[in-house]
Amino acid sequence: MTQADADQPDATGAARGVSLHTLRDADDRPAIASDTCIEVRDLDLYYGATRALNKINLSIPAKVVTAFIGPSGCGKSTLLRCFNRMNDLIDGVRIEGEVLLRGQNIYDRAVNVSQLRRKVGMVFQKPNPFPKSIYENVAYGLRIQGVKTRRILDKSVERALRGAALWDEVKDRVHENALGLSGGQQQRLVIARAIAIEPEVLLLDEPASALDPISTLKIEELIYELKKDYTIVIVTHNMQQAARVSDYTAFMYMGDLIEVGETRTLFTTPRRKQTEDYITGRYG
Amino acid sequence: MDNRAESMTQVADRHSMRAWLRSGQPWIWLTAGTVSLSLIMVFGLLLLITLRGMGHFWPQDIAEITLTDGELVLGEFVEQETVTAARVRALGTDVPAEREFVDRFQIKTGNRDISGADFRWLNDTEIASVRYPENVLVAERTEWGNFYGYVEGLREGGQSLEPSAQRWPEIEQRMARKQELAERISVIEKDRMGSINYELERLRLARKSLELSGAAADDPAYAELARQDAELQTRYEELAAQLASLYRDIGRDTLLVSTVDGVERELPFAKLVRLFRPNAMNMGEKLIHYGAKVLEFVSDEPREANTEGGVFPAIFGTVLMVLLMSVFVTPFGVIAAIYLREYAHQGTLTRIIRIAVNNLAGVPSVVYGVFGLGFFVYFMGGSIDALFFPESLPAPTFGTPGLLWSSLTLALLTVPVVIVATEEGLSRIPRSIREGSLALGATKAETLWRTVLPMATPAMMTGLILAVARAAGEVAPLMMVGVVKLAPTLPLDGDFPYLHLDRKFMHLGFHIYDVGFQSPNVEAARPLVYATALLLVIIIVTLNLAAITIRSRLQEKYNAAET
Repeated sequence: MTQADADQPDATGAARGVSLHTLRDADDRPAIASDTCIEVRDLDLYYGATRALNKINLSIPAKVVTAFIGPSGCGKSTLLRCFNRMNDLIDGVRIEGEVLLRGQNIYDRAVNVSQLRRKVGMVFQKPNPFPKSIYENVAYGLRIQGVKTRRILDKSVERALRGAALWDEVKDRVHENALGLSGGQQQRLVIARAIAIEPEVLLLDEPASALDPISTLKIEELIYELKKDYTIVIVTHNMQQAARVSDYTAFMYMGDLIEVGETRTLFTTPRRKQTEDYITGRYG
Repeated sequence: MDNRAESMTQVADRHSMRAWLRSGQPWIWLTAGTVSLSLIMVFGLLLLITLRGMGHFWPQDIAEITLTDGELVLGEFVEQETVTAARVRALGTDVPAEREFVDRFQIKTGNRDISGADFRWLNDTEIASVRYPENVLVAERTEWGNFYGYVEGLREGGQSLEPSAQRWPEIEQRMARKQELAERISVIEKDRMGSINYELERLRLARKSLELSGAAADDPAYAELARQDAELQTRYEELAAQLASLYRDIGRDTLLVSTVDGVERELPFAKLVRLFRPNAMNMGEKLIHYGAKVLEFVSDEPREANTEGGVFPAIFGTVLMVLLMSVFVTPFGVIAAIYLREYAHQGTLTRIIRIAVNNLAGVPSVVYGVFGLGFFVYFMGGSIDALFFPESLPAPTFGTPGLLWSSLTLALLTVPVVIVATEEGLSRIPRSIREGSLALGATKAETLWRTVLPMATPAMMTGLILAVARAAGEVAPLMMVGVVKLAPTLPLDGDFPYLHLDRKFMHLGFHIYDVGFQSPNVEAARPLVYATALLLVIIIVTLNLAAITIRSRLQEKYNAAET
């Protein structure tokens, strides 16, 4: 019974994948809204035998902030990590369905994962600067891409640091070790590192949960600035934060996407009972 | 009443004893006691070898001992022990009846060529008086050990010189002349003639390989070789002539001496290493002498079957072998660890491999020696000889124990340590750092190379430190794969290709064994055993300290990320 259930989406998913490709090629994207950046179609994710995401369907608009909220273990981080294939690193993960980035399925065999991750940057919960200088941290992604010219590097580093609102604080000590920065500065450095390679999408996995309120505020202001240039997806535990920074909010529960909508609407007039219970603090 | 009070205290005692046991105090005492005991043993050991080893170089006063039967003995007090009178009587020496114990002294009397032994034991009952005459002479010789006695005269070219008031400065002056000549001889013999011999050997091999390649007898290459050969021969003969004249010069002076019991000897200056009169030296002079002796010990070559002179070739061999071993073991162990930790599927096979690697560390080192001899020396060395050095066969080039095989054998012995330490280090790099790099578009290899490996360098250094500590002290496997008692040449010199991996070398650990147990004069060499042991400890500590310093620098750079 369960075996059959598990097998079924596999077969249908594969079949639909083919048909969708042909469909899209035929009538050139009218099905995908022009401002849709990421489109998730029938996404299932298994950790070994455990199903962590159930048939997620979602489209994320470009150059706005979309927040994923939900109780711990609901799969919001897992879903986020699907967008840059970070889950590939975990043994025993199996993914079915499609994630389209600008219409291209990122789980396609032909996709180069490194190239994908250059387009979809990510910032983690705990600041994770490399034990190198501030400069080298920001230049890391560019150096990976083979950029060696000092002038280009200098310019990009400065632009990224300004973009992450860190330049004024560190401009005199960019060659000092990044581990000497405070937690909030480290997190902004990590954001600078991510935007230095000019991605299209920025994934933020609870970026402020390890920070003090003032640093959190700075990060939130930064997110507000960054959405002019980047599509931002943020996972957060903190509903006030989601309400403050996001334009769209998705509520997830137990691996299911319960409700998606404009943030204001979702927080004021949730359509689903579960959403209402969560945002009014009845559980989670 | 009394009885009951007693039993009460007993009960109280037992209670407090039990409480004390339960408080955990005994455990603390036990653990602290064990630590102190270990420390005492380690420092005791170091203190012993330091005192015994470093005392050897001090110029002790020479005593002239008059025995009760009128015999005179000249020598330095080495050791003293107290034995029961009965034991001495049993040896056939008369001891007054009222004496229960007798002090025995070991005297180093030297003059082995005359008396046949370096040492003599005297009982305190035999000693009538002791005095320290100013003019006692100690002559360190290149043969027969030390001479103790008195100066009788000087000869130059067989003619006795008039005794003058300034005899001692005169002797010292002639000694300085001899040292200067000896240095010139050594330069010619060791460096120049050595190089020519080395070149001649290469020419011989070149001719042999020409013959093996089947070149015609009138091949111009032969003529060229013959020309070079002749040129070298002429240079050699020139040097030989120079050498002969130098030998004539150095043999000019001799010193006439007599032992304390009147035997006269003629000591050629050429065979003297050092002349001094310890009883006439003041503290400053003794210190200078001491420094010179220590310097000689660490910088000179051994003499007289390793029982005199220095241990420089052994120091050099030990350090060079350990460095080469590090060069082999570090990349090998690190790369193996990277595969096991980063790329291999963490399944049963990997676990088995890991267990096997850990067990390799427990294989007795002599087994590695046997393996090294069979695999490296005979198989690999033999194959290399057959492929690349057919001209010198049947004399082996690499198919014989040597420096390369020794360092490879020790690298094999220590590779598990490096693998385990590096794996440990790699597993401690936080996942978030790897993810951070991957999320920026780096591939796994780029992440490893740019971020993970630099952060794991302190752990690699730890592995290397452990490997060096183990390898520098190993002797057993080396005896099979390259160490010799006396190596005529250093493995590093001015002749192309400069580093001679095929040469045999000397090693401090083996030197200790050789001097202590295989030498013809074990008793005289014993202080050298302590001194060499001390030197070995110092070298290992130095190598380790160097590595630890580098590691702590690296840790400083990366420590914040490891927490």
